[in-house]
Amino acid sequence: MNLTLKIWRQKDANDKGKMVDYKVTDISEHMSFLEMMDVLNEQLVGSGDQPIAFDHDCREGICGMCSMYINGEAHGPDRGITTCQLHMRMFKDGDTITIEPWRAKAFPVIKDLVVDRTSFERIQQAGGYISVNTSGNTQDANAIPISKIAADEAMDAATCIGCGACVASCKNSSAMLFVGAKVSQYALLPQGQVEAVERVQNMVAQMDLEGFGNCTNTGACEVECPKGISLENIARMNREFLSASLKG
Amino acid sequence: MSVLDSKIPAGPIKDKWTSYKDKINLVNPANKRNIDIIVVGTGLAGGSAAATLAELGYNVKAFAYQDSPRRAHSIAAQGGINAAKNYQGDGDSTYRLFYDTVKGGDYRSREANVYRLAEVSANIIDQCVAQGVPFARDYGGLLDNRSFGGVLVSRTFYAKGQTGQQLLLGAYSAMNRQIARGKIEMHNRHEMLDVVKIDGKARGIIARNLITGEIERHSAHAVVVATGGYGNVYFLSTNAMGSNVTAAWKIHKKGAFFANPCYTQIHPTCIPRSGDYQSKLTLMSESLRNDGRIWVPKNMEDVMAIREGRKKPTDLSEDERDYYLERRYPAFGNLVPRDVASRAAKERCDAGYGVNATGEAVYLDFASAIERYGKEQAKIQGINNPSAAKVYELGQAIVEAKYGNLFQMYEKIVDENPYKTPMMIYPATHYTMGGVWVDYNLMTTVPGLYCIGEANFSDHGANRLGASALMQGLADGYFVLPYTIGDYLSDDIRTGKIPTDSPEFDQAEKEVKEKIDFFINNNGTKSVDHFHKRLGKVMWDKVGMARNEKGLKEAMAEIKAIREEFWKEVKVPGTADSLNPELEKAGRVADFLELGELFAKDALTRNESCGGHFREESVELDGEQKGEAKRNDQDYAYVSAWEYKGEPADAVLHKEELEFNDIELKQRSYK
Ligand SMILES: Cc1cc2nc3c(=O)[nH]c(=O)nc-3n(C[C@H](O)[C@H](O)[C@H](O)COP(=O)(O)OP(=O)(O)OC[C@H]3O[C@@H](n4cnc5c(N)ncnc54)[C@H](O)[C@@H]3O)c2cc1C
Ligand code: SF4
Ligand code: FES
Repeated sequence: MNLTLKIWRQKDANDKGKMVDYKVTDISEHMSFLEMMDVLNEQLVGSGDQPIAFDHDCREGICGMCSMYINGEAHGPDRGITTCQLHMRMFKDGDTITIEPWRAKAFPVIKDLVVDRTSFERIQQAGGYISVNTSGNTQDANAIPISKIAADEAMDAATCIGCGACVASCKNSSAMLFVGAKVSQYALLPQGQVEAVERVQNMVAQMDLEGFGNCTNTGACEVECPKGISLENIARMNREFLSASLKG
Repeated sequence: MSVLDSKIPAGPIKDKWTSYKDKINLVNPANKRNIDIIVVGTGLAGGSAAATLAELGYNVKAFAYQDSPRRAHSIAAQGGINAAKNYQGDGDSTYRLFYDTVKGGDYRSREANVYRLAEVSANIIDQCVAQGVPFARDYGGLLDNRSFGGVLVSRTFYAKGQTGQQLLLGAYSAMNRQIARGKIEMHNRHEMLDVVKIDGKARGIIARNLITGEIERHSAHAVVVATGGYGNVYFLSTNAMGSNVTAAWKIHKKGAFFANPCYTQIHPTCIPRSGDYQSKLTLMSESLRNDGRIWVPKNMEDVMAIREGRKKPTDLSEDERDYYLERRYPAFGNLVPRDVASRAAKERCDAGYGVNATGEAVYLDFASAIERYGKEQAKIQGINNPSAAKVYELGQAIVEAKYGNLFQMYEKIVDENPYKTPMMIYPATHYTMGGVWVDYNLMTTVPGLYCIGEANFSDHGANRLGASALMQGLADGYFVLPYTIGDYLSDDIRTGKIPTDSPEFDQAEKEVKEKIDFFINNNGTKSVDHFHKRLGKVMWDKVGMARNEKGLKEAMAEIKAIREEFWKEVKVPGTADSLNPELEKAGRVADFLELGELFAKDALTRNESCGGHFREESVELDGEQKGEAKRNDQDYAYVSAWEYKGEPADAVLHKEELEFNDIELKQRSYK
């Protein structure tokens, strides 16, 4: 198929940036979206132009690097997938596709479609861990049975890949789904209880400091989240936060 | 005489590690504060090492080319991690894990290292659970296990199909705790481009800030390289797009020997390639072989009918199918080790039985498993005489719970529902057993330079068993390196900070800058990918699943020619002082073009078949094992450690003879 691409070009963080039109031809429906971008970049290199910078690595939906806002949706039109898992069969010949970076104050653009997500790093550093030394002198792994239900729920929360689609999809640029997922994982496990109060307070404080917006329960994040992280995680975090405030 | 000293401690294998730890020199906590360690790579190996070293009190500087340590390629590991916990009571033990790993590696690994790996494996699980890693559990609340290829016990711990992700997030959380305390200085989006040696010791690195393009100097008392495997030398592999050999290759050029480059794992269960535009291949976890049965049609007419779309695989009755692994290897069936499974698939496809248009695909079928689980569930739920549809529904739910995310991944890529029609799979490059040579301390041939995780060569011999890479990465980083590096650093407590304004740093930085300037100014005619794809094709065709003398010699010559053309014709757009992915790729492909030739040379030198390395000249000619790979212990029971001498073809071979005192050398049989 033949396509028109409207792509955000921005030289660096200080550049104003603009949309630029490109054409690609003979795109196979079996290609992934990023393979289509490879074709375009190969074309640009061939003609002496600057290829489009975009983040990607694993190309199988798990590393969380890829981050394109396609036709007004984070990770594009399909559901439950990342940009790298999007396939061209979702488009038709003659389509015009708009491709932009994540847009959020806390994710400044570095170049073209690449954004800076280190704000997520700092939130994790504020409390996204259990304070146990890696010395190996811990108790036997089976010493504390954990119900399968709790373990599975914790696992569901833990599958967040830190891509930032939730933030990009939210009109307030809220990071509640991302933070809620981490808080929930630990809140559901006995290992996480000891530091529960400090964890939720510190992570939320850092989130606010980074300039992410408030959650107004629009639910857009859940819809676009490639890993199906549910809004329940936000509710759980709110409960944790409330009870932490009561405790002190 | 070999210059290699593997420094294996004396004494019985069971006591080596313990007595070693009792005797090594330690650095007191006050002195650790004055010692800097660079860790390049934040996958399971680097991430766990960085966190632990920081906890111990060292000042750690960590580097990764992604924008977060959490995105290292370890994140993609699906199936699980082995540990000799014997929770299932099925006869597992440290010895058995050790034995399985040595046998699975086709008797080409170092016994003492493997034993230590098995010994610390159980602690890994304890550690990860303490960190909040949500491993799968059974209804009693205890940890669940599955089994993986090449073994007869269930010792694999898993977190759905995302085990690597959860383990890495565990290590990442441990890192975050240390970053917050200021004990780890994390450098994301940085690529190591050289190591700096002073007085023969590794004392720092040159790294490029990938956003600003700035070339930076970083010094330390020791350098740890944990940069993963080099499977992308094949262009197409299951590795991440950025996975590379650069750090390992640069240290090789500075004196670290490179061991067994030809030992590569071609994984049997990957999604077949679909076109020339393909940028990477996707693994379908080996855990699927627990429940999936592999087959091709028995009759050529059915193969043709399927390829032309006249028949569907589900139209074929049981006796029209050739479950070739079950046929050839009744004892292990679908759970033979990876190298065996891959070659068997190639054998069937070469014989013309491949089931897709390219002729390179076999089926992985879940129908039997769905039925079996469905019946089991019906019984558990007390449903008498369930309908076929009910059985299917119940069975599908179980399969979905076990492998749901893999099935979803398959469906998104191939656009077919694997619950209804069998998956198509074909082998693809997946893992590199070869890597930087290290001694028992995980130190390379350069003092103060360590190599851990997939980047080193030490534990998997000529073939790695499933779920053992994650185990090795975490064993190296959490439990081995933190001890062994202390022994070395105990001499450095009075050294003080290493300055970065020395002539050695000047020189290393100059070389790095010159290379970058060359790329930017070369103005050639062909893109980096053009060369990478050509290299990959030579590697796959001539240094792939089956190798022979003629092909390997051709490969060496062809790779050299591609390399020469690359340096003339490569075109890298953009500037050096900005984010420039083409420039990053150029540097990596330049190194692959050198490694590829050494890889072929190593394969040529090793005229035996062992593990993932299959020489057509070396097969069993008769008996029960007829046609199977033939190892030659008489002449090849050694590690090939290559010393850099300029051109890859001029590399000098050093042999580390392998001694097997605790395991008898035997022909592997999975029959
Ligand atoms: C799809 C897939 C599935 C797998 N499944 C399993 C499984 O189920 N069980 C199992 O045991 N094993 C599995 N493996 C193998 C296993 O995941 C890897 O061998 C292991 O995770 C490697 O870990 P590592 O820490 O050595 O390297 P990696 O995780 O690859 O990390 C490399 C690190 O080095 C950094 N880096 C690389 N080059 C540079 C440079 N030049 N400068 C700076 N930084 C650099 C990267 O940023 C990254 O942080 C799988 C592998 C793949 C590809
Ligand atoms: S919650 Fe979902 S959308 Fe947000 S970062 Fe995690 S995986 Fe991405
Ligand atoms: S590239 Fe890793 S999730 Fe898309």
